Amino acid sequence: MKWLRRGVGLLVVLLLIGAAAWWYLARDQRAPSTPVQREADAAALVDPARIERGKYLATVGDCAACHTARGGQPYAGGRSLATPFGDVPAPNITPDADTGIGQWSFDDFWAALHLGKGRHGQLLYPVFSYTSFTRVTRDDALSIFAYLKSLPPVNQPAQPTGLEFPYNVRSSLVAWRALYFKPGVYQPDPAQSPQWNRGAYLVQGLGHCNECHAPRDSLGGIEQNQHLTGGQIPQLDWYAPDLSTRSGGGLEGWSAQDVIDLLKTGQSSKGSAFGPMADVVRLSTQHMTDADLQAVATYLQALPPRAPAAPVAFPQAASHEQGGKLYAKHCADCHGDNGQGVAGIYPPLDGNTSVTGPTSINAIRSVLLGGFAPATAANPRPYSMPPFAQQLSDEDVAAVVSYVRQSWSNKASAVAPVEVSRSRHTPVD
Amino acid sequence: MIRPPYRRSSLRAAVALLAFCSAAAALAAAAPDTLEQRVAACTSCHGARGEGSPDGVLAPRLAGKPAGYLLQQLEYFQSGQRRHAPMEYVVRQLSQPYLRQIAEYFAAQDLPYHRWPQPAVSAEVLRRGEQVVLHGDPARAVPSCVSCHGDKLTGFEPMMPGLVGLSSGYISNQLVSWRTHTRAAEGPYCMGVVANRMRESDIAAVSAWLASHAPAADMHPQPAAAQTTPLPGWCVMGHSEVNP
Repeated sequence: MKWLRRGVGLLVVLLLIGAAAWWYLARDQRAPSTPVQREADAAALVDPARIERGKYLATVGDCAACHTARGGQPYAGGRSLATPFGDVPAPNITPDADTGIGQWSFDDFWAALHLGKGRHGQLLYPVFSYTSFTRVTRDDALSIFAYLKSLPPVNQPAQPTGLEFPYNVRSSLVAWRALYFKPGVYQPDPAQSPQWNRGAYLVQGLGHCNECHAPRDSLGGIEQNQHLTGGQIPQLDWYAPDLSTRSGGGLEGWSAQDVIDLLKTGQSSKGSAFGPMADVVRLSTQHMTDADLQAVATYLQALPPRAPAAPVAFPQAASHEQGGKLYAKHCADCHGDNGQGVAGIYPPLDGNTSVTGPTSINAIRSVLLGGFAPATAANPRPYSMPPFAQQLSDEDVAAVVSYVRQSWSNKASAVAPVEVSRSRHTPVD
Repeated sequence: MIRPPYRRSSLRAAVALLAFCSAAAALAAAAPDTLEQRVAACTSCHGARGEGSPDGVLAPRLAGKPAGYLLQQLEYFQSGQRRHAPMEYVVRQLSQPYLRQIAEYFAAQDLPYHRWPQPAVSAEVLRRGEQVVLHGDPARAVPSCVSCHGDKLTGFEPMMPGLVGLSSGYISNQLVSWRTHTRAAEGPYCMGVVANRMRESDIAAVSAWLASHAPAADMHPQPAAAQTTPLPGWCVMGHSEVNP
C-alpha cells in the first residue's frame, strides 16, 4: 500500500502546483478603486478639457481604425480583424448601454486597457493590443474613457468571433499571457531626457508601433528582445520595417525631420507611407502635435544600431536588362533615371529600405497596387502611382522589382515571378 | 595670351548655374504641378483625360460625366457600397475635398465620343433593346431608360449619368453588378430594383442597343432644370422605395 500512498501524495502535490500556477497566471489583478477614487473618476469624466485631451489621445492610439467598420459609425465596432487564428470583430466602444460601453465604469475600462480583461473578468484576445496599451498611464486612460463616454451612443450589437479551436477557448490565453504579456505602466528612464521618455511612452504605449513593427512567432507573440526590429504583418502581408535609424536599421539614414515629415505629411525625403502605414498617418499621426512628433523622432533616433547583415553577394537577376527596359518605360519618368525620385513628390528608390528591405513584398505590392500617398492636412492633394497589376505579367513585375533592388547603390536579392503571383490579391479593408 | 583668372571662374560659375537651372528644370518637368500629373493612378487605366480604356470595358469613360455622379461613385468605392478591389484600394487614402476635385477634373473633360463597333447580336435583339430603352417592360414593371436618363440618354446634372458612349460590356457588367450587390446606393436604389426585375436576355439587348446607338449631337448631360418628366413615383432621386 506504500506505493499507493506515495502515488496519491505525488498526484496531490502536482495538482497543488498546477492550481498554484493557474491561480498565479489567471488571478484577477484588478484592484478596484476606493469609493473616493470612483467618485473622483466619475467627476473627471464630464470635464470638457479632459474629454478634449482624451480625443487627442484616442487619435494617437488610432482606436477608431479598428473600432470602426468600413463606412460605419466611428467607434461603433464591427470591423473584422483578420488574424492567423481566425477573425475577431472589434467591439462597439460607444457609450450605448446595451451594445457598447454605456454600463462600464472606469475600473472596467482600466482592466481592459491595462490588464487585457473584459468587464466580466474574461481574458481578452490580444488582437486588442493591450500588450502595448498596458504602458498607458491611468490618467491618460481616464481621459480616453471620458472621450469615449462623450460620444453619441450607437446601438450596434457585437459580431460573433470567427476563431478556430483551440483559440476560441479563452482560457488558452492564460498560457499565452504568461509567455508574452507583462502588465505595467511605462516607467520613465531618469537617465534619458523628458523628450526621449515622452517618445518612448508614445511609441511603446498608445502608438502600439511594436504590434506591427516586430516579428511574431507561430503563436502570434512578440519576443521582448525584438522590440521594433520589423516584421511581416500577419494577414495583411506587408512588411513593417525595422525602425532604427542607425547603422543596419530599417530606417538607416533617416533624420529626425524625415521621421516627423513622414508621420505628419505622409511622405519624407526618404520615402512615402503606403499600405497600412498610409492608414496610420491619415487617421492618426498627422494629427499629433509637433512636440509629440519630435518626441517620437527623438526616441526612434536613439534606438540601437542593428547588427549588419553578413555581406552576401547576390547574383544579378538574369532579367536585369529586361527589368531596365521596363524601368525606363514605366518608372523613370517619376522615380528618375537613377532612382533619385523627385524631392517632396516621388520617393527615391536608390537607397530606399522599402525597396531593399529583408523581403521584397513591399516593392512587389507597391508596383502591383500603385495608389496615392495619404491625403493629409500638410499634403492635401498627394501625387500617385499607377497600379501595374493590370498591365504587367508576373515575369515583368519580377524583372522590374529585381532591377530596382539591384541597381545604383541597392544590393538585394532578385525576385522570382512566383513571388509576384502570390502577391496579386488586392486588399480592400 | 593668358586670361585673367576671374574670367575663367565667372565662366565656370555661369556654366555651373546653367547646369543647375537645367537640372532643376528637368526635375520640375518630371512632376508638373497639375491634377493630371497627380492622378496618374487614375489615368493609367481611364486615360489621361478620362477617355476610358480602349476596350471600354476594363475602365469606363469618365470624361464629361456629371461631377456629382463621379464623386458619389468615388465615395461608394471608399465605403464599399460599390465593389472593385483596385478602385477601392486607389481611393482609400483620399479626402472628400480631393475626391471632389478629381471628379470635377474628369467631368470637365470635353472629348468627342466614338461609336463602338456594332455588337454581334441579331437585329431582333437590337429591336428588343430599343423597345426596353424607350418604353420599358411594363409586364415586369421595368421603367424605360429614357424616363430617368433623359430622352437623349445623356443624363442630367448633377447626379444622373448618361448611357450612351459606353461599351456594351461595361453596361451589362453594371446591370449585373446591381443584381449581385457589388454596386449599390444608399438611395435611390431604383437601379437595383430595375436591374433585378429585368429579364437576363434584356440586359444583353439593352446593353447592345445602347452601345450601338449613335451619339447625340450634344453629348453633355442636360441641366438639372431640363428634367421635366417626373421620375417614376417610387424612384425619386433621394427617396426610393425598394418595394413600390
